[in-house]
Amino acid sequence: MKKVEAFIRHEAFEPIRQELLERGIPSLSIIEVKGSGRQKGVVEHYRGASLTVNVRPKLKIECVVDDAEKEMVVETILRHARTGSVGDGKIFVIPVEEAVRIRTGEEGKDVLQAHEGTEMPSS
Amino acid sequence: MTKRLSLAALMAFVVSLALPALAAAQDEVAADVVKSELDVTWIIVSAVLVLFMQAGFLFLEIGFSRQKNVGAGVAKILVNLGIATIAWWAVGFGIASGGNKIFGTDGFFFSHGQDIAGTIVGGADAAGMLFGMLFCAVSLAIVWGTTLERIKFSAYVIYAAIFAAIIYPLVAHGVYGGGLLADVGGKPVMDFAGSSVVHLTGAVGGLAALLLLGPRIGKYGADGKPRAIPGHSMPIAGLGVLILWVGWYGFNAGSTLGTTDNFFAEVALNTQLAAAAGVLFAMLTVYVKTKSIDVGMAGNGAIAGLVGITAGSGFVEFWAAPIIGAVAGVVVVYGVLTIEKYLDDPVGALSAHGLAGIWGTVAVGLFVSPRLTLADDGAAAGLWYGIFGDEPFGATLGQLGVQAVGVVAIFALVLILSYIVFAALKTTIGIRVSPEEELAGLDISTHGMYGYPEAFIPEEEYPAGRFEPNVAGTPIASPVATAASGSSDS
Repeated sequence: MKKVEAFIRHEAFEPIRQELLERGIPSLSIIEVKGSGRQKGVVEHYRGASLTVNVRPKLKIECVVDDAEKEMVVETILRHARTGSVGDGKIFVIPVEEAVRIRTGEEGKDVLQAHEGTEMPSS
Repeated sequence: MTKRLSLAALMAFVVSLALPALAAAQDEVAADVVKSELDVTWIIVSAVLVLFMQAGFLFLEIGFSRQKNVGAGVAKILVNLGIATIAWWAVGFGIASGGNKIFGTDGFFFSHGQDIAGTIVGGADAAGMLFGMLFCAVSLAIVWGTTLERIKFSAYVIYAAIFAAIIYPLVAHGVYGGGLLADVGGKPVMDFAGSSVVHLTGAVGGLAALLLLGPRIGKYGADGKPRAIPGHSMPIAGLGVLILWVGWYGFNAGSTLGTTDNFFAEVALNTQLAAAAGVLFAMLTVYVKTKSIDVGMAGNGAIAGLVGITAGSGFVEFWAAPIIGAVAGVVVVYGVLTIEKYLDDPVGALSAHGLAGIWGTVAVGLFVSPRLTLADDGAAAGLWYGIFGDEPFGATLGQLGVQAVGVVAIFALVLILSYIVFAALKTTIGIRVSPEEELAGLDISTHGMYGYPEAFIPEEEYPAGRFEPNVAGTPIASPVATAASGSSDS
């Protein structure tokens, strides 16, 4: 199993979520983050004085998938998140040792799949 | 205690001195002068209430915007109020007042002692001119409700000047200034405080802008269905609605332009009844349609009821006011739900001001009372009285037709002129910000600052100076001593 962590622009998220859902990856988490990289900061002007804000808001996606599906997930994120401008973000892939579904106690990669008959998010 | 007593004694003494003087003065002031000053006082009080409506529009629009666009709303309202004021004083008032059937020719750069169509300008004329100016500003504020979160600053500044100097004054002249709509085949278009002149005009200006501007990014999904883009604060939007409601007492009751027969109180009561019915029927309708008790729609219902009664507030009996408000409340819900499928109108201005404005103007033709109609100008009573009362049916039907003519004429004039202006702006300077600027929000991209900075700037980014952690066991030093010690490892 692999955990894909991607730092992306906010507006790229919705198409990524939809396509991953259509391709059988229903589970992921997002975290609103602020960070600095090569993208320039924003200068805020306030009644004559200014303040440079060096961190920019990004979205972090966390998604644990089967090894076989890692390539597809990374490729999906790349396709929707790449604008070609500085500030598109980065993707990290990290090995995952164990996974447990809390409701049933199942372990292993079965946890990554949706159960039959369970609620599903809409696409 | 003693101090209070002595103060009371002093006041009694002063009053006893002043009373005979007051009585003498009253003998000398003629009753018509007192009446004139009372009238003007009421107009100025009303003008201030109408001015306060700008705060209502501000809060309503900001509440229905996302956090990244709230500062832009503040700038927009203040800049537009400034433009409307200067443009009306210099040009607009002149075009709106007496002259030929199409436009006025006197009263530019309004000044004391000026001759405007035979009237020498004095204090009372300044009151009327100011009152009209603030109506123009209200109409202009309505335009921008459809354009929130994506319009370019330079585009609305230019359109605002043209709107306040030419477009709105032409409409006002047509109905109130002895223009074409004041005499349609012997009957006037009756619009007491401006359901069409002010509200429909503003909404149609907004429609022209919206047709050329397009929806906000994300409003319509790939399947073409509309998505909600929730505003950031319902409490702020609700405050805006209530401020508008308060301001409407000046807007409608002040349009009596005086206190004669205490008629303004009747107008105020009509206004209140219609607004209340608007809220209730909008809520009922939205519940039946969507099974949700929609907070935003309650606000739209109040505004629709108020807009609906604006034309008839000085023409209909009390029983008709809640009927007009109730229909407006139903119309606004169906309007918002239908228009949203095609056009992205963030605050529902097209429905609350446009559709309710049309309804309100037509409703005058249905319900105008024989007691209150403008009989001197050739106006008949409403169709209701032609069917259920003793009024001649043909004349009442004619009045309804004239009301419809007024709506169509104003709609067409404002749409054509506004569309030309916005189309010209679109092909030259552009009317919409870039997608990057829209996504970042107008606050930071247009104005270089955030309306809610702490929602966007982490606290760590503020230059807070050195922070000295308190090592366990050491006594907490005073800030002054810490600064003086100047320790560098933190």
